[in-house]
Amino acid sequence: MTEVVATNETILVVGGGISGMTAALEAAEAGKKVVLVEKRPYLGGRVTQLYKYFPKLCFPTCGLEINQRRAKMNPNLTILTMAEVTDLSGEAGAYTATVKLSPRYVNDNCTACGDCADAVETEVDDEYNYGLTKRKVAYLPHVMAYPQQYVLDPAIIGSEDAEKAKAACKYDAIDLDMQEREISFPCGAVIWATGWQPYDAAKIQPYGYDRYANVISSVEFERMADPKGPTGGKLVRPSDGKEAKNIAFIQCAGSRDRNHLLHCSRICCMASLKQSTYVTEAWGDDADVSIYYIDIRAIDRFEDFYHNVKSNPNVRFIKSKVASITENKENGNPVLNGVDTEGYNRYANEHDLVVLAVGMQPSVDKDSFPVDIVVNREGFIEQADGNGGVFAAGSASDALDVNRAVQHATGAALRAIQVVNRVAGAEG
Amino acid sequence: MSTNTAMIEKYRNNFLKEVEANVEEGDWVKMCMQCGVCSGSCPLGKHWEHPPQEIFMMIRAGKRDEVLSSDSMWMCTSCYNCIVRCPRELPITHIMHGLAHYAKRLGLAPKNQPTMKFAQLFWDNLSKKGRVNELKLGISLYFMNGFGEGIKTSLKMKDIGLGMLKAKRMSVAEAFGGHSVKDLSGFHKMLKKAQELEDARLTQHG
Repeated sequence: MTEVVATNETILVVGGGISGMTAALEAAEAGKKVVLVEKRPYLGGRVTQLYKYFPKLCFPTCGLEINQRRAKMNPNLTILTMAEVTDLSGEAGAYTATVKLSPRYVNDNCTACGDCADAVETEVDDEYNYGLTKRKVAYLPHVMAYPQQYVLDPAIIGSEDAEKAKAACKYDAIDLDMQEREISFPCGAVIWATGWQPYDAAKIQPYGYDRYANVISSVEFERMADPKGPTGGKLVRPSDGKEAKNIAFIQCAGSRDRNHLLHCSRICCMASLKQSTYVTEAWGDDADVSIYYIDIRAIDRFEDFYHNVKSNPNVRFIKSKVASITENKENGNPVLNGVDTEGYNRYANEHDLVVLAVGMQPSVDKDSFPVDIVVNREGFIEQADGNGGVFAAGSASDALDVNRAVQHATGAALRAIQVVNRVAGAEG
Repeated sequence: MSTNTAMIEKYRNNFLKEVEANVEEGDWVKMCMQCGVCSGSCPLGKHWEHPPQEIFMMIRAGKRDEVLSSDSMWMCTSCYNCIVRCPRELPITHIMHGLAHYAKRLGLAPKNQPTMKFAQLFWDNLSKKGRVNELKLGISLYFMNGFGEGIKTSLKMKDIGLGMLKAKRMSVAEAFGGHSVKDLSGFHKMLKKAQELEDARLTQHG
């Protein structure tokens, strides 16, 4: 099992998504000892679930590979996956962190051959694909998962499937006796990079996300566009598998709304503009994209991207927040109802598929932080003296895109380094 | 000088300010971000010449006559669908009633607007006895648009009326005076006081 060697000069990074990874690597490469704690069985977080980045439309796998290699090479970095910080006590320069380690039931002998997955039969919803597909209960979370090791779903422990998986493993990598453990270790500064989660689209009652099969969320659409995703990259309707060419995007689905999220989530305009290129790329002149918006917030250098998309005759922009969605029972088409702002025309538009550009909310509920920390009314962590040696990085601090999250994380690493340098100075 | 001309003088070219000062919940109007959810959510929306979102923009654009003489805000049935869905929590229903009330006060409301006529009938009926006299209200409503139509409507509704009499949901005795609140003079005193307060408020603001 992983042993953690740490001192008051160690930096603890909570969350191994793109921000946590960046902060941990920057600090480790600056010569600091870093412990990186990640709840999922692999690093990379939600970035691993993206098909393409905006505005360059390049693949996140590329940067992920570089980061994973940096992580692998660095002796200053200790990575704990399937781990959660449950408590943090003390003060800047002298914290004690308590971390709960969930059992993976697979040890370091694993070669990721996949024999265990072939052997087991039970399937459950695949959270990596937001439940759009099933996965085996012995699984590799995604092809590029780091560490490259299989995981056994805790649900199968004690079942026949667990024994089958163990019997199939040629490398003695499956250890069904692994137990949940709790470890404590010292650290001087903490970087809190717990990231974001998509707003629960079902809460936007008039849009019927939970009632209509062909109303999906933007994160699900992103998975759908991925050639390695649930539909092999085909843009199809969940209800009948029919090709989805006439696709509507609804902006501010849950954002800038006092009934839902107060803030502008900042990424959704660019995300929908990006996703509209998936549609035009897939169907060419047959593509028919409609973007319903209040106002498009593609700021500074993203303005170009917006104008490029806008110049495509197959993409329509409708200035209106959709009031409600109903369904045409005959063909399963969602019908968007509303009144536009440019002319006040009442519409009831049918589309093959509707994508809700859902907002970003902090993944840690503001009342359930295991540490004393100042959060704003939206639940994002504030930069505050009261936080002592705890610094937010990335989208735990605000709704940020990947680019800004990485910049923010680098800044957070620098703040944490200052704290542990003070400790080192005092200890001589 | 009529109240209308006085108001035009006072708020020359700034209808938004006029609405803010004189219309119930009027200071919310500037908070509208023109998303259109209210208009799209209104069950009677297609009967509005100018949906709420457009009304708000017209107020900001200074379209005073068009707004105040409009039939639109009289269409509001207080279902509150717009209020629940408004991303900025504007009290749209209240603003619509506020606009309608203000338009009526200035004498700019469309003539023969049925909602306005009914509201007046209802108020006149209620303020007499402190209780709604349903028999009289019903009859005055039937005859709202003239004698001929009143007879026609009465004949059409007669079975329902007889049924209500039979089930004791309505009484013929109501035609003679009708029932009232226990302390009728106290009730009238209260209304008088409220009117005085409102008049004082209007002299101060208007």
